[in-house]
Amino acid sequence: MRFAILQFPASNCDQDCLHAVRLLGHQADYVWHKATSLGDADAVVIPGGFSYGDYLRCGAIARFSPVMQAVQRFADEGGLVLGICNGFQILCEAGLLPGALIRNRSLQFRCEQVFLKTAAHDAPFTEAIPPDHVLRIPIAHGEGCYFADEPTLAALETHRQILWQYCDAGGAVTEAANPNGSLRNIAGICNQARNVAGLMPHPDRASETLLGSADGRRIFESMAQCWARRRAA
Amino acid sequence: MKAKITITPKRAVLDPQGKTVQNALAHLGYTEVGAVRVGKYLELELADGDREAARRRLAEACHRFLSNPVIEDYRLELE
Amino acid sequence: MSEPAITPALVAQHGLTPEEYDRLQAILGRPPSYTELGIFSVMWSEHCSYKNTRPLLRTFPTRGRSVLVGAGEENAGILDIGDGLAIAFKIESHNHPSAVEPFQGAATGVGGIIRDIFTMGARPVCAMDSLRFGPITGSSADEARLANNRRLFAGVVSGVAHYGNCFGIPTLAGEVGFDPSYEGNPLVNVFCLGVLRHEQIARGAAQGLGNPVFYVGPATGRDGLAGAAFASQDLTEASAQHQRGAVQVGDPFMEKLVCEACLELLATGAVAGMQDMGAAGLTCSTCETAARAGTGIEIELSKVPQRAPHMTPYEIMLSESQERMLVIVHQGREEEVKRIFDKWDLPWAEIGVVTGTGRMVVKHQGRVVADIPAKPIATESPVYEREAREPGYLAGVRAFTLAGLPDTTDPTAALLHLLAWPTIASKNWVYRQYDHMVRDGSVVCPGSDAAVIRLKADALPPRPAAGTETGGAPPTVEKFLALTVDCNGTYVYLDPYEGSKIAVTEAARNLACSGATPVGVTDNLNFGNPHHPELFWQLRESVRGLAEACRAFQTPVTGGNCSLYNQSPAGAIDPTPTIAMVGVIARPEHITTQWFKDPGDVILLLGPAVDPADPLGGLGGSAYLQVLHGQKTGRPPRCELDQGRTLHEALRSLIYGGAVKSAHDCSDGGLAVALAECCISHQVARETPRLIGAAIELGADGSGTVAAPNPPRLDALLFGETQHRVLITTTALDAPKVRAQAKILGVTATELGVVGGDQLRLRAQGQEWRWSVVELHDRWWHALARAMA
Repeated sequence: MRFAILQFPASNCDQDCLHAVRLLGHQADYVWHKATSLGDADAVVIPGGFSYGDYLRCGAIARFSPVMQAVQRFADEGGLVLGICNGFQILCEAGLLPGALIRNRSLQFRCEQVFLKTAAHDAPFTEAIPPDHVLRIPIAHGEGCYFADEPTLAALETHRQILWQYCDAGGAVTEAANPNGSLRNIAGICNQARNVAGLMPHPDRASETLLGSADGRRIFESMAQCWARRRAA
Repeated sequence: MKAKITITPKRAVLDPQGKTVQNALAHLGYTEVGAVRVGKYLELELADGDREAARRRLAEACHRFLSNPVIEDYRLELE
Repeated sequence: MSEPAITPALVAQHGLTPEEYDRLQAILGRPPSYTELGIFSVMWSEHCSYKNTRPLLRTFPTRGRSVLVGAGEENAGILDIGDGLAIAFKIESHNHPSAVEPFQGAATGVGGIIRDIFTMGARPVCAMDSLRFGPITGSSADEARLANNRRLFAGVVSGVAHYGNCFGIPTLAGEVGFDPSYEGNPLVNVFCLGVLRHEQIARGAAQGLGNPVFYVGPATGRDGLAGAAFASQDLTEASAQHQRGAVQVGDPFMEKLVCEACLELLATGAVAGMQDMGAAGLTCSTCETAARAGTGIEIELSKVPQRAPHMTPYEIMLSESQERMLVIVHQGREEEVKRIFDKWDLPWAEIGVVTGTGRMVVKHQGRVVADIPAKPIATESPVYEREAREPGYLAGVRAFTLAGLPDTTDPTAALLHLLAWPTIASKNWVYRQYDHMVRDGSVVCPGSDAAVIRLKADALPPRPAAGTETGGAPPTVEKFLALTVDCNGTYVYLDPYEGSKIAVTEAARNLACSGATPVGVTDNLNFGNPHHPELFWQLRESVRGLAEACRAFQTPVTGGNCSLYNQSPAGAIDPTPTIAMVGVIARPEHITTQWFKDPGDVILLLGPAVDPADPLGGLGGSAYLQVLHGQKTGRPPRCELDQGRTLHEALRSLIYGGAVKSAHDCSDGGLAVALAECCISHQVARETPRLIGAAIELGADGSGTVAAPNPPRLDALLFGETQHRVLITTTALDAPKVRAQAKILGVTATELGVVGGDQLRLRAQGQEWRWSVVELHDRWWHALARAMA
């Protein structure tokens, strides 16, 4: 399987994503933000970082980049797109995912390991995650507080678009386990068509036991599993 | 011509920055201050020309790019 | 444009003495122009010229088999780490700018040190910080002062976080201390480390006659005018006020672009020399590159991109606008360079040319505004042997005995107090704001004795052929480095020589605890005004101790920074020679962390429980004496370097043998604090510590009874800070073997107890104390957050 890893001038997790995907034995290539095509990619990962410096709002400028027009078309055709951290922010700004990510309630940047409960196992990003397996994956963001209005939240629930929620070590979704004030402890969601997802935690930093956790691999593995099934069909 | 754009978080959106400022003001004795909302202010320099056309274009820019309608409101003034 | 006349008053305002002015005239053969006066003033400031410290710095060991670029040669030193790989690292201070504007001061400090590293051709892969502030907790009568200290602390931390996080570099380790001496003059020392292949070392030299000189980065403004000169004088309200108008503002996004573009540029081979515009901006970079190459340089200031209208030559030359680089390009290859700058959307300009005249010629709209021989100004600055006199306060320090000090009667409360003392408390409030995991290399995150980073192939700068690099670099051997930064300023204040030896020894011990062998040091000498004989004596004695200790541990000093004039109107800071040390871990299985692992493991103390030759039993200058008795006095613990070396080598041998499950250095707060930290410092995730208790018996096999002074004091045993001690754990099965091996290796290994349970239980001298690990953790983990709430 071939992953395209987008590269904005101030992406800083592009190498981490490439590394994590290649560890799983897949191919991965960078695609520069000025590119107008994704080549023959089977899936797209939008990595973390600060894209264009993120001075107005995180992801606000990136969504207008040439490569994002290509991602939009790719997503419209059903291609798998995963946005991590800044990538999640960009997808929300671009309208590919509902809602927005605002300043952490603490007003401070937060870098720490968190636990994630997988709230829906029937998405291309979660299908390889064992039921009841609590993921341990780090976060690193200053603006990761998920916000959407009530009707949007209700729709997310109705359509089972909430994929991951912050929880404690035992899997309970509690206020204390919420690192940034996200509504409903939302850590990651997908679109209604289920082919575009975003999450604030970094699976790319949790793909090796050497770094403390390999839980993040499950997310990339899910994508590969889904892609292989689609291709076989 | 100059455009002045004020962007503020929507009422329904939690504004921790505003809350922090409010608490700090109360702490300093400005207890008369109620809710505080912290936003952004932009000044744009424009070539002189058709004011209405300029307003339409800037309103579009505000909606598309300068504010995020999911979480923010904007106010546009031309002078 | 009329320029001010050169008067003695103007010369004095520029921080030049009449003798220095005479020397300047001798070099020029005429009186200087206004611009030239400005150039000399910054080049001959302490910050740029080391005029007060050069004779001392020469005593440092700077050579070694692995040194590829030594101290003072370039922007940063470079060490070989094997397999064709090398590391460049350096520490630098941004104390005065941070006192004036903590957020931007700290942020631009990080920006500056990152530039020093990629200027060498290395990719920056991790950062550390060493911070000092006035107290943030205390009596409510001092609330205004405490609040100001908290404001500085919070501002500096968010500034470091902002710049490092946006740039995408993990701030992986550090230290933070609080003491009244730093009130009004905080210390902000930042360290950066980069990786490169041997053949990728870049030089800051203006080589090749006729080569064009490029300026790249944002336009020049009036920010930070003459910051180097500002850093080289005492901090007063007036000087701070003056500086506030011209705070440098950092832009980490721009720095990321400049870094990537420069590394890509170096890979093309089109670059003849490269230098960042840091302190003294355009002045320092043009002058030093010409001096290093033995060439001359000629620039036209009207070509320099400018942000503010009507800037004078003086202002352009002395501006400290951030994120700017000077790049000397091989003639004929300008197009490649422009293509890369344009790819990264970077502003650039061709501003001059390399000449063979040996002179730095600065023109403004065709008119010569400065014409100075480059080498003399860069290398022949005045050098001073300052007067040194032993400070009067030391007599009282040395006379201090424990005679009037009652022994502890409540160790339970004392330990809780110490764990919540901001200098000892967990620094998670700080490092959770730093992205310490970006780049997928953080094997041991902040919270253990030293951080451990893995260097993998993609950490290296792009290769010449790869150009734009699609990540297809051939396999490279993975390397593991351990990093630490240490200095106990209280010890150095109480005994500059001994305290400085301790700073180096503790750094080396922290690395040994992580399984690493130290390879080099970068130092940041933070001291007071060198014109003051007592303060200069502190500096001289400190350097003597540092040099001796660096020799003992075979860690060459590869470069560093001197920050003098650290004093507020209330007085000088505690002398603080910050030591950043880097070590190599031979194999990943040697990586060791400080926390206890499994119930049933045996706890051993390597080294003496209490130094029998220290009449204060390690309590001199201790945290215990400061926190529980409000006294900052007494001779600090003795530091026998041979003893340290033996301990570190023994510890590494034991770790290589595979029997060591945890290793933790005993330092601030002594044995009791170290034991508690082993129980509570393993953080699994947010709000999820892994707590584990221990049952300790001190003295059962004689470890308590060897305690000096006679009769043994409980406070010295529990809270004394005797040097050369490490707590390790092994399985019960391995313990006898480890004890026997330690003995052969020349180190006492005393069995203290067993890991397990939910309490730390401690027995000594027939008494027992118990703490719940939940309570210990709560006090220690949340102390800073509570102080800052």
